[in-house]
Amino acid sequence: MTASTPVAERPVKEPKRQQRFDEGTGRLAATLLSPTLLVLGVVVLFPIMAALRDSLYQSGQRLDENGFIVKGSTFVGLDNYTAIFKGETGDRFWNAFYNTTLFTVVCVVLETVLGVAMALIMHKAFKGRGIVRASILVPWAIPTVISALLWKWIFQADGIANTLIGTQVLWSTEGWQSKLSVVIADTWKTAPFIGLLVLAGLQTIPAEVYEAAKVDGANAWKTFTRITLPLVKPALLVAVLFRILDTLRIFDLPFVLVGAHKNSVESLSMLAYDEASNVRYGPAAAYATLLFLYVAVVAYLFVKILGADVIGEARAKKPGGGRRKKNGNSGTAAARAAVAAGAGPGTGGNV
Amino acid sequence: MATATAQPRSDMAKVRAAETGAVKRWLPLLGVALIVIYCLAPFYWMVVSAFRRPADQFSNAPIPSPFSIQNFKDVFSGNNGFPRGLLNSLIVAGSVTILTLVIGMIAAYTLARLDFRGKNLVLAIIITTSMFPGISLVVPLLKLFVDIKWINTYQAMIVPSLSFALPLAVWNLTAFFRQMPQELEQAAMVDGCTPAQAFRKVIIPLAAPGVFTTAIITFIAAWNEFLIALSMTNKKSIQTANVIVSQFTGTTGRDQPFGSQMAAGVVVTIPLVIAVLLFQRRIVAGLTAGGVK
Repeated sequence: MTASTPVAERPVKEPKRQQRFDEGTGRLAATLLSPTLLVLGVVVLFPIMAALRDSLYQSGQRLDENGFIVKGSTFVGLDNYTAIFKGETGDRFWNAFYNTTLFTVVCVVLETVLGVAMALIMHKAFKGRGIVRASILVPWAIPTVISALLWKWIFQADGIANTLIGTQVLWSTEGWQSKLSVVIADTWKTAPFIGLLVLAGLQTIPAEVYEAAKVDGANAWKTFTRITLPLVKPALLVAVLFRILDTLRIFDLPFVLVGAHKNSVESLSMLAYDEASNVRYGPAAAYATLLFLYVAVVAYLFVKILGADVIGEARAKKPGGGRRKKNGNSGTAAARAAVAAGAGPGTGGNV
Repeated sequence: MATATAQPRSDMAKVRAAETGAVKRWLPLLGVALIVIYCLAPFYWMVVSAFRRPADQFSNAPIPSPFSIQNFKDVFSGNNGFPRGLLNSLIVAGSVTILTLVIGMIAAYTLARLDFRGKNLVLAIIITTSMFPGISLVVPLLKLFVDIKWINTYQAMIVPSLSFALPLAVWNLTAFFRQMPQELEQAAMVDGCTPAQAFRKVIIPLAAPGVFTTAIITFIAAWNEFLIALSMTNKKSIQTANVIVSQFTGTTGRDQPFGSQMAAGVVVTIPLVIAVLLFQRRIVAGLTAGGVK
């Protein structure tokens, strides 16, 4: 009798203990994660909130209704925002908004096409893989500022670009040509990077799938559109998402390549920077907040509509099936996580 | 009859096969050559321009003749503050890398090994923070740093840089820790280690390659940073190399001193390019972490 009770209890206890190896660690996890979350709270969450608050205030000296000088910041409600959309500032804002969007669409499309092409070539090539991999990392490793200076030099009036194509274009003047120079410089720097990430996705596709397609008589184009693209899509989507978000905050490249206060290339980031450097924190914060909202909306729509899986394989797998959709093929899931790892923060803030 | 028609057809097929074989063999190589030229030609132009004499700066010859290191001498001699800028870059990027690794390693190990509620949320938060536009963080931080008199200090550049470096490092390291078999710690704990000891004595030494790769990637990201360094400083003695090079002024009025800028660009870039060439395998593995399992 006394011996039978523990025996009867054991099967109940056993699975519990097995789970306990990893379970009940919530508090430990919280402790270990707190430094990271604290730092992110201070350098990311706090500034976002502060920007929201600052955008509702006007700082510095100004005159009140009775002609007295008011110092310090005063609450102005949504004035900073309404001012953005009015008159001359409105034109400047919409111009920057248009430039930012144009750069994002054109650059990302070009980079994706070129990147996928590069990945396909690298995947096919067996000779010279080392050289390609080394050279493809060079544009990535060059600081954006330096590459901007380099392209400024290339696009000089009597520079190599004009010599090679036999034209006399003044690239740094206002107009389509300065936009184009920014697009070219950005594409040069990041298309190889997309290629690298797509290549990682390609390498997870098993050869049997291609063999099966060959047996079924699929031609090269069909194989590409029906097999390669769908299978690298998760990796590609995340790479593209991060490139979009990166280009939306474009700053270094137009700022150094063409210069500040140039209508043709002024981006939202440059506009906000200009206001902030002139100590107009209220409007600057309003621009920054609008850009943040723009980025957030684009990211949300991208994830919702195209279903980019940003967390990918890193997602915790619950024994009873995850809350969200399960990862399908582990290979593509790995690539997804991989891309998320590299594409995102890898180029972060350096556009 | 049948053989007569079959003969030329098979010949043609053979010729076609040989042709497509040659195309198949040479096309990838051609593609590879194109990619290499695409990636390296602008970089080559920077190096070539740096080694020209300032007098024939505007020559478009593909090889500098005569060869000159005058541009490099100019960069390091004048009072443009470039050597100091290099040191500042090193201090800022180095501090960011070390801080990020110390803080991020703990978080990454936790995310890779512990199962707890809200893990997906934490992962989502960390990856989301890296998507925020830098300017949204810089504007309010600039105002704050003016108030607490942090402008022209190293910490004013180091602290905001954590906003992009930390998510990057945590993400990379999580992937590396996840690849290590859990049996390692279990064996260590069976041998009497506490979990903390198992982490310190078993995991860290074994994760060294991953940590090293993350360090390189983080360092490059921090070294390349521009917006924060530009916003938080206005004194040359504290600015990073990137900011200083972008603001080089020529000796002759409004002309931009491209020769010295290209030379400075080479100096700033060469350490990174060498690191990339030496550790290319690891960097590619790190950038696509998890994908090359």
